[in-house]
Amino acid sequence: MNITLRAWRQAGPSDEGGFETYQVSDVSSDMSFLEMLDVLNERLTLEGLEPIAFDSDCREGICGACGVMINGRAHGPQAATATCQLHMRSFEDGDTITVEPWRAAAFAVIRDLVVDRSAFDRIIEAGGFITVATGSAPEANLTPVPKETAETAFDAAACIGCGACVAACPNSAAQLFTAAKASHLSLLPQGGAERYVRTERMVDTMERFFGSCTNHGECEAACPKQISIDFIAMMNRDYVKAKVKNRGNA
Amino acid sequence: MEFYRSAVGKKWVMGVTGIALLGFVLAHMIGNLKVYLGEGQLDSYAHFLRELLYPLLPKTVTLWLMRTGLVIAFLLHIHAAASLTLLNRRANTAYRGPRDLAVASYASRTMRWSGVIVAVFLLWHLADLTWGVTPMAPEGWTAGAVEANLAASLSRGGVAVLYIVANLLLGIHIYHGAWSLFQSLGLAHPSYNRWRRWFAQAFSAVIVIGNVSIPIAVWTGWVG
Repeated sequence: MNITLRAWRQAGPSDEGGFETYQVSDVSSDMSFLEMLDVLNERLTLEGLEPIAFDSDCREGICGACGVMINGRAHGPQAATATCQLHMRSFEDGDTITVEPWRAAAFAVIRDLVVDRSAFDRIIEAGGFITVATGSAPEANLTPVPKETAETAFDAAACIGCGACVAACPNSAAQLFTAAKASHLSLLPQGGAERYVRTERMVDTMERFFGSCTNHGECEAACPKQISIDFIAMMNRDYVKAKVKNRGNA
Repeated sequence: MEFYRSAVGKKWVMGVTGIALLGFVLAHMIGNLKVYLGEGQLDSYAHFLRELLYPLLPKTVTLWLMRTGLVIAFLLHIHAAASLTLLNRRANTAYRGPRDLAVASYASRTMRWSGVIVAVFLLWHLADLTWGVTPMAPEGWTAGAVEANLAASLSRGGVAVLYIVANLLLGIHIYHGAWSLFQSLGLAHPSYNRWRRWFAQAFSAVIVIGNVSIPIAVWTGWVG
């Protein structure tokens, strides 16, 4: 396959940046999208040019490091797929592919396709954890968890924190990420104890960085883990309850 | 107040005021349909609204209580929408390349525009049929002669088109709103989620068909 790649190049956070066009020839349809970028970067390096910077780590769709906007879709055209698991067979020979970084005020571009997602870390720090005393692990069977509850919590826990929900949202809202991270703890007995404090803190922190949900549903469509916007509704309900239940400790 | 300061709180308020406004729109549409029940029916319905709960309360008091509630709901709905729009503008950075939305509906993408246009239309509509202010109101507008005013207003071709277009936009607005409010209020569950879409479709269809039928009925000479 021969591909024309329009890639966003930006030397640093304060650089204006712009699209550069590259011809990538002899691309195998079995290559992943990132491998196609690797091939191009190899050539750029040999030519003495700066390779295109992009994030990646596990390359098996479970770490959440990769993620770029491909032809206007977060993680590209294939549903429920992270960029690393997207293969070139999803494109046609001779296609022009536009690739650009996630865009949101809270996701500053560091270089080329790499953005700073540390606003997500601020949300996790605010409540994405369980406060437990350290010591020997308790007997697991002492805390029964109904299978359905465990399954729902796991659906939320599938979030890899890639940021596609924010990137796909016309409002740059981080509702799906925050809801997934809050729900997977709050649904389970161990995390349930801090449910309302967690929700209030995480939502308040989220709103310092991100926009507000208008229920377009773009995040759910872009999510490589197909996390449902039902979790957003759950978070909204918990937030209202939190305002009644929490007594100033949030 | 602290709750309203948060964006999730504002969306909750938009959902609650949205329910109030949907209730009003439905009651208003049902009231409008009295025009089909024969001469004088619409006028006596309008008269009945002024005497609602009389003699428990003095005449027009109930009507003014409802109007006050509506005005508050409108102001909160608009204030929340405006401040959330500003928040989203600050949070968003535009893509430089193409943007390919996957599922966002025409209705959800145009909520701001349909909302603003319906709000402006609402003022026009009040000037036309409630306040009798020219040039919005038809010639010979008379207070209390609801049916005659309605027929005179809608027999103006351009005005009839305005009413039809505004009601289509209202239908588009409430099509997204009637689904979206469940999400904002935290009411989502696999057992009834599909009903939310059907509810929104049915609600907006009933409102649009009921309201749009009236200018068409006036135009065909069936009414007025």
